[in-house]
Amino acid sequence: MAGTPVQVTGTVLTTRRVDAYHALTVVAPAIADRFRPGHFVTVAVGGPRTSMLTRRAFAVHDVKPDYGGTVEFVFAVRGAGTAWLAGRKARDALDMVGPLGRPFPLPRDPATCLLVGAEYGSAPLFALADALHQRNCRVDFVLGAPSSDRVFGALRARRMGETTTLTTEDGSLGVRGSVVDVLPSVITDTRADVVYACGPMPVLRGVTAVCVQFDIPVQVSVEEAMACGIGICMTCTVPVIGEDGVTRMVRACTDGPVFRGERVRFDDVGTIPFDALGAPGGDRAR
Amino acid sequence: MRAYLAHVELPNPILTAAGCAGTGRELAPFADVTRLGALTTRSITMAPRAGRPTPRMAETPSGLLTSVGLQGPGVDAFLARELPWLAERGTRTVVSIAGGSVAEYTALARRLADAPGVTAVEINLSCPNVEDRGRVFARDAVAAAEVVASVRAALRYDVPVVAKLAPDVADVVAIARACVDSGADALAMINTPIGMSVDVDTMRPVLAAGAGGLSGPAIRPLAVRCVWQVHAALPGVPLVGMGGVTSGRDALELVLAGACAVAVGTTLFHDPYACPRILRELEELLQERGFDRLADAVGVAHRPAQARVDSSRTDASKIDLEESSL
Repeated sequence: MAGTPVQVTGTVLTTRRVDAYHALTVVAPAIADRFRPGHFVTVAVGGPRTSMLTRRAFAVHDVKPDYGGTVEFVFAVRGAGTAWLAGRKARDALDMVGPLGRPFPLPRDPATCLLVGAEYGSAPLFALADALHQRNCRVDFVLGAPSSDRVFGALRARRMGETTTLTTEDGSLGVRGSVVDVLPSVITDTRADVVYACGPMPVLRGVTAVCVQFDIPVQVSVEEAMACGIGICMTCTVPVIGEDGVTRMVRACTDGPVFRGERVRFDDVGTIPFDALGAPGGDRAR
Repeated sequence: MRAYLAHVELPNPILTAAGCAGTGRELAPFADVTRLGALTTRSITMAPRAGRPTPRMAETPSGLLTSVGLQGPGVDAFLARELPWLAERGTRTVVSIAGGSVAEYTALARRLADAPGVTAVEINLSCPNVEDRGRVFARDAVAAAEVVASVRAALRYDVPVVAKLAPDVADVVAIARACVDSGADALAMINTPIGMSVDVDTMRPVLAAGAGGLSGPAIRPLAVRCVWQVHAALPGVPLVGMGGVTSGRDALELVLAGACAVAVGTTLFHDPYACPRILRELEELLQERGFDRLADAVGVAHRPAQARVDSSRTDASKIDLEESSL
């Protein structure tokens, strides 16, 4: 793990709507200082006497040096917790822990990097693009979502990327289809050396399959429901093949969220593969 | 504020609950694990366990349903990688053990008997007994007693054995008594009662396993009731109270009901700094109420309302309570 995570009470600086999503910028210098692209934060929701016990995890979209350091994250309202977050106003206090997880590994030498984001999964890709630019990497984007209002960061991608390909399921923006559909042609056109992908599991699975076909490395940032984000609750596990070839149920929060795509057993997510370390032999069924 | 877990002295009465502090390393950036009363490990099993499929977690009102399935590296890896890290730092470590048979519990206890850095052993009795068609040990006084007796026999006399009891049993006092009679030095309660949640959109259970253990403030009244009942029946037995403790007030509630130490569990997921905060709050609350020592407050709620005011400072009651908490 890169920086040690800290727990802070941050102050909401700004709130904004971005199409179908919300974005909160929080003053949290201790987190901003330690941030590297790919890190995430967790937020306690519902206030001090909340009945919601799990922290909500969000990829960090951006950090800025304002007020000593701010952290911005993007979210969609999906339930009571995110609805509460959407109701936050400037100057409200927010209990935040971060930066968490393993950040994106960066190439040592200049390379052509293709950044793939589905829905608001694209949020962490722009800080990554910045870091890649600093290493003289070429950056291209593929962003997609079911509809145009759910494609996050298209403008910024156009500014930052050598090329930007947009896809929507309903055809309201860019190419009709999913990011996975256009990936082979984009990889061919851009001659991508490496792919970074963020988004829901099915998208990551598709992206990884394409990259395996092209035989190029792919780094995926997985989304798995988690309660704590710091590695103690053991609820965010995914089956991942280790260096030694053994599949283990690893925590998306502390062992990830960034994994090499081909190491994640996407087809077995939501199960315990029979060959995983410590898989039940059938005698302990209850 | 000293506390005792059976005859072992702890610097304070705030422990972590089993399975809620990871290996200690994860919590260390937020709170010094060496300053905990003790850290309870996740339940250690003989073989590595991959646990249950995801989703393993569902949030419920003031509660959390989980079915992790005792995921862990197995006792060998625990002794090689996890316990030494805690021991090097001088962390007091309560090792929780889980097994599918009396023999497995016994084998685990034997492996722990020579390991340095084991402050106490907690027996997670909420495991299905493979020799009894998966009936949970904690629901069967005879099976629970058998496990406790064999673990007690396998460990050095100076390592206390703590039996962790489940609240969703017909008679928690009967189970408690069976455990104490077969050699448990202390009791921990409560383990998570079994709950379930159904997603009305997908119209299927939220957890992959269907049912899971319910934790969090939602179960605190259950914990207080169990601690109360067992303390009333067995006033001399030290109890570790746990179940939805989020603040010093919650901890004090369990202490007044009869617990001489308190463990913090699910709250750590929400607030990794919870233990030092709860300890400070508990100390302040005890001070405000005129208690010099934690032992003086243990089980105070059992006394008649009037007597509490009059006799709380007499020497007789102090001695009485000291005995009851040891």
